[in-house]
Amino acid sequence: MAKDEITKEFKWIGTTPDRPDGLDKVTGRARYGADFNLPNMLYAAVVRSPHAHAKILKIDASKALAMKGVKAVVTRADLPEGLTGEDLYLQENTLAGEKALYDGHAVAAVAATSQLLANDAAKLIEVEYEVLPHVTDVDKAMAKDAPVILPDCADHTVPEGMGPNVARMIEFGRGDLDAGYAEADLVHEQSYTTEATHQGYIEPHAAVGQMGSDGKGEMWVCTQGQWFIRKMCSAVLGTDPAQLRVTPSEIGGGFGGKTTIFMEPLPLALSKKAGGRPVKLVMSRSDVLRATGPTASASMDVKMGMKKDGTITAAQVTFRMQGGPFPGASPVGEALSCAFACYDIPNLMHVGYEVLANRPKCAAYRAPGSPMAAYAVESMVDELCRELSLDPIDVRLKNGVKEGSRASYGPKFKTIGLAETLEAAKSHPNYAVALGPNQGRGVASGFWFNHGGETSVSLAISEDGTAQVSVGTPDIGGSRASIALMTAETLGIPYENVRVNIVETGALGVNEPTHGSRATFASGKAMWEAANQAIKEMCKRAAQKWDIDPEAVTWKDGAAHPAGDNAGQFEPMSIKEIAAEMGKTGGPISGHHESTPSGAGPSFGTHVVDVEVDPETGRVTVLRYLVTQDAGRAIHPQYVEGQYQGGAAQGIGWALNEGYIYGEDGRLQNSVFLDYRVPVASDLPMIDTVIVEVPNPGHPFGVRGVGETGITPPLPAIANAIHAATGARLRALPMNPPAVLAAIKAMA
Amino acid sequence: MRYHAPATFDEAVSIAAKASGVTRFLAGGTDVLVQLRAGAVTPDDLIDLKKIPGTHDITAQPDGGWRIGIAVSGASLGAHAKLVADWPGVVEGMELVGSTQVQGRATLTGNLCNGSPAADSVPGLVAAGATVTILGPDGSRELPVEQVPVKPGKTALEPGEIITAINLPPRGKNGGDAYLRFIPRTEMDIAVVGCAVSLTRENDKITAARVALGAVAPTVLLDEACAQAIVGTTLDDAALAALAEAASGAAKPISDKRGSKEFRVDVVGVLARRAAKIAYERAAK
Repeated sequence: MAKDEITKEFKWIGTTPDRPDGLDKVTGRARYGADFNLPNMLYAAVVRSPHAHAKILKIDASKALAMKGVKAVVTRADLPEGLTGEDLYLQENTLAGEKALYDGHAVAAVAATSQLLANDAAKLIEVEYEVLPHVTDVDKAMAKDAPVILPDCADHTVPEGMGPNVARMIEFGRGDLDAGYAEADLVHEQSYTTEATHQGYIEPHAAVGQMGSDGKGEMWVCTQGQWFIRKMCSAVLGTDPAQLRVTPSEIGGGFGGKTTIFMEPLPLALSKKAGGRPVKLVMSRSDVLRATGPTASASMDVKMGMKKDGTITAAQVTFRMQGGPFPGASPVGEALSCAFACYDIPNLMHVGYEVLANRPKCAAYRAPGSPMAAYAVESMVDELCRELSLDPIDVRLKNGVKEGSRASYGPKFKTIGLAETLEAAKSHPNYAVALGPNQGRGVASGFWFNHGGETSVSLAISEDGTAQVSVGTPDIGGSRASIALMTAETLGIPYENVRVNIVETGALGVNEPTHGSRATFASGKAMWEAANQAIKEMCKRAAQKWDIDPEAVTWKDGAAHPAGDNAGQFEPMSIKEIAAEMGKTGGPISGHHESTPSGAGPSFGTHVVDVEVDPETGRVTVLRYLVTQDAGRAIHPQYVEGQYQGGAAQGIGWALNEGYIYGEDGRLQNSVFLDYRVPVASDLPMIDTVIVEVPNPGHPFGVRGVGETGITPPLPAIANAIHAATGARLRALPMNPPAVLAAIKAMA
Repeated sequence: MRYHAPATFDEAVSIAAKASGVTRFLAGGTDVLVQLRAGAVTPDDLIDLKKIPGTHDITAQPDGGWRIGIAVSGASLGAHAKLVADWPGVVEGMELVGSTQVQGRATLTGNLCNGSPAADSVPGLVAAGATVTILGPDGSRELPVEQVPVKPGKTALEPGEIITAINLPPRGKNGGDAYLRFIPRTEMDIAVVGCAVSLTRENDKITAARVALGAVAPTVLLDEACAQAIVGTTLDDAALAALAEAASGAAKPISDKRGSKEFRVDVVGVLARRAAKIAYERAAK
C-alpha cells in the first residue's frame, strides 16, 4: 500500500477503547497543576487592581516584607525594561507598569511560607492609584473621545481620524458589491452584538516555578503548550528560554485559554528573588474570570443580498471587536475570514476593527472569532430565508462551498464536507420532528480552518515490543487515546501496548501548543512518520537475521515478513522478537519526526436545534440538539462525539446566559460561577451527533481537527430557533430570559 | 478567629453575648464557610451550634405543628414524609438551595439568617406563617419569620440572640402550599424572583391565603393584597389575573446582574399565578 493512500480497512482506528488517562482521572491519581508540590516551597498571592483604568502612583510593600515568613515581593520594577511588541504586552499583562488597565490587572505578587501568610501579606501591600476614565464597551471604545488606553496604539492600517483605541483595520473582499446587490431580490442590513465569554475550564491556572539567580529554572504548570510557556516567561523575565525547563501537568480544560501566559512568570520571578526556593501560585476562580483571557465582545454589521431562489449574490460585514487593553489580542481577523467561509459568494467585502478596551487581554477561545461571525452571518441568512420562505438547509446547500470553491478568505478548498453535513442534518430524524406551541427550530452551519503547526514527536520500541510515543501537545480532548490508536494501527500492535506520554520541553524540539484543533492531526501525522522509521529499522534487523536485502522485507500485523517468495522462506519475526534482541542487533529502535505540517483540512459542521420559549418569562429550553460535523476520519469516535457535544454545550451557554457583566465602575460584576452562568448538566438535552467522514487528503488516516467548529453554529442556531418559536429576532447576546421576554413584549 | 462548639443554647448565648467583634454562627456552614474562604468575612468568633443536642430533630407538636431544629439539613427535611405531606411548599423551597452536596448541610435557619431577599426557603416559611424561637441574654421570644430579615444581610436578632428552632403551624384540613422561583438555568442558581403561596380551601373556594414574594424587595414580602385577590374565589382566571397584578404591584425590585427591575415585576406575577394553582391543587388532596 502506498503510504499516502487512504484506506478504510482498519483494525484499531474507529474503535472506542477506554482512554489511557481515564482511570487516573476518575480515581484522583491524575496530577493537575495545583497538585504539584516541592520541599521548601513558598506560596504566592497576587495584588490586583480594583480599578478598570488607573495610574499607579506608588506601591509600598514594606509592611508585607516586614512580616515573618514573607520571602519576596515583586512588582514591575523587578522585570527588565526595553521589551517591545507582544513581549511587552505579555509583560504589561503579567504586572502592570505605569497604569492598571482593567479590573483584576496584577500589580504586585508576594511569596511566603504559607498560603494564609501570603494572602495576608498581599493585603498589606499598599498601592496608590489615580483613577482614570475607563471604557469597557466596544462601540464606546471606538469613539473619538474615548479614554486613551495605550497612546499611539494604531498601526499603519488605521486611517486618519479614527478613535484613539482603534489598533488595526483589516479590509479585504472580491467582486462588485453594488452589482451583486442589484441582482438580488432581497437585500437586508442588520447589526448584531455578542458579549465576551470565558472558556470556563474547570481547572484554574496553577504553577510551581523555581529559578535561581543564574536564570536557570524549572516550571510545572497547567498549560496547553509548554514551549509557549517557556518562550513567553523567558521573554517577560529577560532570561534564556533554553535554561527554563517546563513540564506540563494533567490539564482540566483549556479551550484556547491556556495557550498563553497570565500569572506564570510570577512564581519564577518570586523564586529568583527568594533565593531559588520553589514558589507555587494557584489562581482563584474569581482571578481566572477577571484576569485571564476571555474572548472578545463584538459589534457587527452585516448586509446580504439574496435572489428568490436562494442564491446569495453579495454580502459584506463590518466587525468591531475589543480584545482587551493590548493590540494583537482581538480575533477580528479570524472572525472576518470565517464570516462567509461556508458560502460561495461572488461579491464580498470584509472590514474589521481591532479595538482596545479596559478589559482583560483576550486569549483564544475555541475557534476564536468564528462564533461571533457566525452569529451575525448565519442569523442574517436565516432572516433572508424566512422572508423568502426558503428552507435554510436547501439555501446552504445551494450556496455552500465544495471542493474547488474559492474560499471567502482566499485559497481554494480541497476536499471538504460541508454539503455532507447539511445532507446529514436534513435526513436526520430530528429535522422531521413535529413541533408544538411555543417551539421553534433553528439551523446554522459553521467553520474552522484547523492548523498544523510546529511539531516534534519521538517513538521508541521497548524491550518487550511495546511502544512509547513522546508528544509535545498536551492532551485536552483525548489525543493520547487517538495517537495510541493510530500508533497501534501503524505498528500492528494492540492499543494497550502503546503508551503516549506528554513530555517536557527538554525532551523534544519545539512544539506549538495544542491549539487550532491540531494535536490528533499534527502529532498523529508526525507519529506516523516516526513509526514508519521504526518499522523500516525493524525490517532491516529482520533482513540482517535472514541475510536478505532490507527492501525484500515488509511489515504486516506487527511483524516483519519476507516480501514474497523470491525473498526467501522465513517465519515472520514479530515486533516482540525483534525488540528482545535489538540491543545485540544494532541498538535501540526508535523513530523521530519533526515538521510544520500543512494540509490540516478544515472542518465544517451544521447544527439543528429545537427550543421551547416560555412566553411569560422568556425562558428558553433546548428540547433537542443535533450536531453534524466532518471529522475527516474519526480515530476514536466517542471522543470525536465528545468534542461535538462540548462545543455545542459551550455555544449554548454563550447564546443563552453567559457573558461578562461590567458595572458603571468598570468592575466585573459576575466573577464567580454562580453569576457567570455556564449551562449545568440538567440545562441540556442529550446532544445528538452525526460524525460525517470526508477524509482529509493531507493526513495519512484522513484526520481533520474536530475541536473547534462545534462552538460556532450554536449561537445563530439558537437565535434562529427562538425566532421560529416566538417571531422575535434577537440580535444581541446573551439571549437570556429578560432579553427574550423584552423582545416578545416589544412585538405585542 | 476563635471557634466555639457549645453543648447548650444557654452556653451559646453566653459566648455570643460576650463576643464583641465579628461573630458568625455555624449551622450548616454553607454560607459562612464560603464567605470565610473567599476572604469576604473573617469572624473573630465562630460559634458552631450544630453540636447542641436536639438541633438535628424534626418534632411533631401536640397541636399538629412542627418544630424544626436549627441544624436540620435540606436533605433531612426532604426525607421526612409527614412534614413533606403537610408543608410541601416549605420543603421544596429548601430543596432548591444549592447542590446535592450542599443539601446535606444547608439549613432553613441558616438560609433565613443569611438575610438574602432571594433565599429560596424563606418565602415558603413566610407563606406558611412560620415563627422562630429566639433565645437571648434576656430570655426567650418568638418572632414571625417575615420579621427576621430586616434588610439584605441583616436580621432582627439582637447581639447575643440565637434562633433555637423554627416552628411551623398545624397545616389543618384542605390546606396546600407551593413555592416557585425563576432562574435562567435549571439548578445551581439564585432566585431572580421567588413566590410562595399557602392557602386553605373549603370545597372549591379559597378561605384563607398567604402570599410571599422573594427577590423583589430588600426582604421577602408578605403581601396582603395578593392574598385578598384570591381569598373568596375559586381561583378562576379573574382571580389569577388579580393575583398577578397584585404581586407585580407589590414588587419593589432593583435591576442587577441577575435580572432587570422590569423583568422581576413581570415574572413575579407569573410565578404567583403558577404557584397559586399548584397550592390550590395540593389543598384539594
